[in-house]
Amino acid sequence: MSTQAQHSRRGFLKLTAVASGGLCLSYALPTQAQQVTTDIEFSELNAFVQIDPDGRVTIYSANAEMGQGIKTALPMIIAEELGVAWDDVTVKQSPIDSQRFGAIGAGGSTTVPRTWNQMRTMGASAREMLISAGALVMEVPPEELRAQDSKIIHTSGRYRTFAQLASIAAEQDVPDPETLRFKNRENYTLIGSPVSGVDNYSIVTGSALFGIDTRVPDMLYASYSKCPAIGGTVKGANIDELKKLPGVVDAFIVRGNGNPRELLDGVAIVGTSTHAVFKAKQSLRATWDETNASKDSWSDMVTQANEMANAGPSEARFTKGDVESQFADPQNTVHSAFFEYPFIAHFTLEPMNCTAHYKAGVDGGQDTLEVWLPHQIPERSHAPLKSIFGLEPEQVTLNQMRLGGSFGRRVYAEFVCEATEISKRMGQPVKLTWTREDDTRHDFYRVGGFQSVKAALNPDGQLVAFDFHHIGMQNDGKPVMGSGVRDTEFPLQNIDNGRVSDDWFEIGTPAGPWRAPFSNVNAFVTQSFLAEMAHLGGRDYAEFLLEILGERRWFEEGNIRSLNTGRAADVINRVVKEANWGKTMPAGKGQGLSFYFCHAAHVAEVAEVTVSADKAIRVDKVTVAVDVGPIINLSGAMNQVEGSIVDGLSAMKGQKITMEGGRIQQSNLHDYPVLRMPDSPVVEIHFVESEFDPTGLGEPALPPLAPAVANAIFAATGERVRKMPLIDEGYT
Amino acid sequence: MPRYTLTINGKTQSVDAEADTPLLWVLRDELGLVGTKFGCGIAMCGACTVHLGGVALRSCSLPVAAVGNQAVTTIEGLADDGELHPLQETWIEQDVPQCGYCQAGQIMSAAALLASNPAPTDDDIDVAMAGNYCRCGTYNRIRSAIHSAAERMTASYYDATAKQTEQQA
Repeated sequence: MSTQAQHSRRGFLKLTAVASGGLCLSYALPTQAQQVTTDIEFSELNAFVQIDPDGRVTIYSANAEMGQGIKTALPMIIAEELGVAWDDVTVKQSPIDSQRFGAIGAGGSTTVPRTWNQMRTMGASAREMLISAGALVMEVPPEELRAQDSKIIHTSGRYRTFAQLASIAAEQDVPDPETLRFKNRENYTLIGSPVSGVDNYSIVTGSALFGIDTRVPDMLYASYSKCPAIGGTVKGANIDELKKLPGVVDAFIVRGNGNPRELLDGVAIVGTSTHAVFKAKQSLRATWDETNASKDSWSDMVTQANEMANAGPSEARFTKGDVESQFADPQNTVHSAFFEYPFIAHFTLEPMNCTAHYKAGVDGGQDTLEVWLPHQIPERSHAPLKSIFGLEPEQVTLNQMRLGGSFGRRVYAEFVCEATEISKRMGQPVKLTWTREDDTRHDFYRVGGFQSVKAALNPDGQLVAFDFHHIGMQNDGKPVMGSGVRDTEFPLQNIDNGRVSDDWFEIGTPAGPWRAPFSNVNAFVTQSFLAEMAHLGGRDYAEFLLEILGERRWFEEGNIRSLNTGRAADVINRVVKEANWGKTMPAGKGQGLSFYFCHAAHVAEVAEVTVSADKAIRVDKVTVAVDVGPIINLSGAMNQVEGSIVDGLSAMKGQKITMEGGRIQQSNLHDYPVLRMPDSPVVEIHFVESEFDPTGLGEPALPPLAPAVANAIFAATGERVRKMPLIDEGYT
Repeated sequence: MPRYTLTINGKTQSVDAEADTPLLWVLRDELGLVGTKFGCGIAMCGACTVHLGGVALRSCSLPVAAVGNQAVTTIEGLADDGELHPLQETWIEQDVPQCGYCQAGQIMSAAALLASNPAPTDDDIDVAMAGNYCRCGTYNRIRSAIHSAAERMTASYYDATAKQTEQQA
């Protein structure tokens, strides 16, 4: 194909982009540099799809892969519309280029709903270009052609392979997205099937993939030590002593900007190996100025929160109906309870790391920076790189690496800024690796908190009022990520009398998103407490929940983030049936049910537990019913649900971060227990594949786990669990 | 700095390293074998598991000076001349990994288990694998993939034995 043709085709693409409004980023052009350097060895049908002369189809995956499976699932959507045989597909990580690939980032279980139409459009437009090529070559009308198994097939049975048509297809006009027709769900052959992850071969053979595996020529290694009381600054350090240690090339104090999401003060040690800088770190003697550091004390917060709960809320933030008159009605059954949940760490198994190569401009040229980073939203690094280092985005090359877990952890740029600063000082590429202790003590934690909840049942045992007194955390007067109860929190929308009040602790400990933020604690409170209410009213919890949900309705029609009571009832009914809810359990065993709606997903779970006389607990089985619309990769989807169950149980059972004097008191696996294989429950998963568009599954199966287990413990023992983790309540 | 001659994945290699350098960092930083991962540094997560003389151990806590002349096998050396180990095959077939970071260590622990116990029970697997943490929670698939690999290895052993017997007859 001629360069001229390439340019004119791309010119058309650009017009399409402008015309298609909101989707324009998805259709955006390659950058000038790529246009100039593209040597046509393949036929590029759009940013996401290219076909080699031998028929190999490359599909680019633009977003961060952190174990949630989108590097496999999103290309499957393209492949389905394209009609390519999956065995012919190679998936590659795209460059970080949102001009070309659309907004790049993963988080909040949003990638699937955000890109569903984009991916289908990419697949379908490439398919139509192949069909146009097929029509020319076979001299038949395009309407008589279809794409299947990497071929364009005529109704007569004649066909041309994608390989045969690729170069001609690349010269066809890019179809107007408005004219594209997507496959009907019943015709899917790939979507909904189980597909093994595209990086699995590399993973099981140990090929380099993750950020921490980056190796570039002349690279040095670095450690970075920050004030143990988070946010403190460096007064001084034994720099000269550190510099004399074996393998140490340099050591210096770094002045930060005071923002834990960007660059905090610290001591950098640079050396010839990770071991050298980790070992030298143990010899660091630094003095810190803690004037502006966190002073947080978890034990003080617990004491004060209990006093605040007893005193009652200062003022309601949200009211609906009149909860007080329901609480005052002597006919009603009124009950209240106090819940507590701790701070927890992300503890991604790959610790924070980043490799940076800062190059000073030569002959008056601009400085440049190349970064290899495992990051959920890599382009978020641009703002601090500009404000701290004066680097414009065009001076920075970001290389997306696979993430060794994230769960909401890798969304800020502090490790990028630290590596950049160290590389700039050294004039050489530097790989910064945090020790596990650094990682545990300088996280953006799932924030702890407290809730005092109160509810009333009428004489028929129906829920008539629900009152939240939420005692949460804020930084600089603003509630932190993960702390808060929304006005739409279940069951507030479903009943006539509701109230939410807030009281806040001002904290210095950084908080951030942790898998299903807000929901992972609010589900525990609401679904545990509603089950208590059902029990008080002598009601079956499934029946009680279905009654609260009421008639089938979608609170905000068309808004996937809004509760749909019909979908909710369907997952509850499904899990009740599949788990044989209400079956007779032997002594010491119990079942617990919960339902939660978040991240556009309706999920119900039944946990079965065994609790011994000495409070040894085992979660034997968890049955899950999920409605996220159609499943894209059945294997990946089951992995997400199973992983969420294990993650939720691991956190509920043993995890707790505490701090005193602003210092995090845990550091590694010896004081931060995690769930191991012997404690992993059987997980049985049922997907209710409703007719709605698909939504994400990285998070929403986690929140219902804790209340399901808490309710099962009550069924087994008669003891309520209102505090996490379980080991603090005497369970083992 | 002392020099150590190590046999890694069947190849003899010399490295200069401080005596207390954990084998993990010799593999990753000196030899570029980055398939073995750093997780906790205190031998409690299992991400750094390698074989030393066929025994699974945590390379983050093994000083290079203690390796001696025992053969080291890492995840990069588990496949036999390009032919995947049955565990690597079942890991792919059953789509075990999520983030994938712990899986090299998981597979190395499992390979050592199957070498000493060709037909492990669930309990045997739980005991052998309890030192390997998976942050993503892939435990049930790991257990299942170990069982499948064990069956495959036993079957191929009997096939090979039967063939040998046939040839002898």
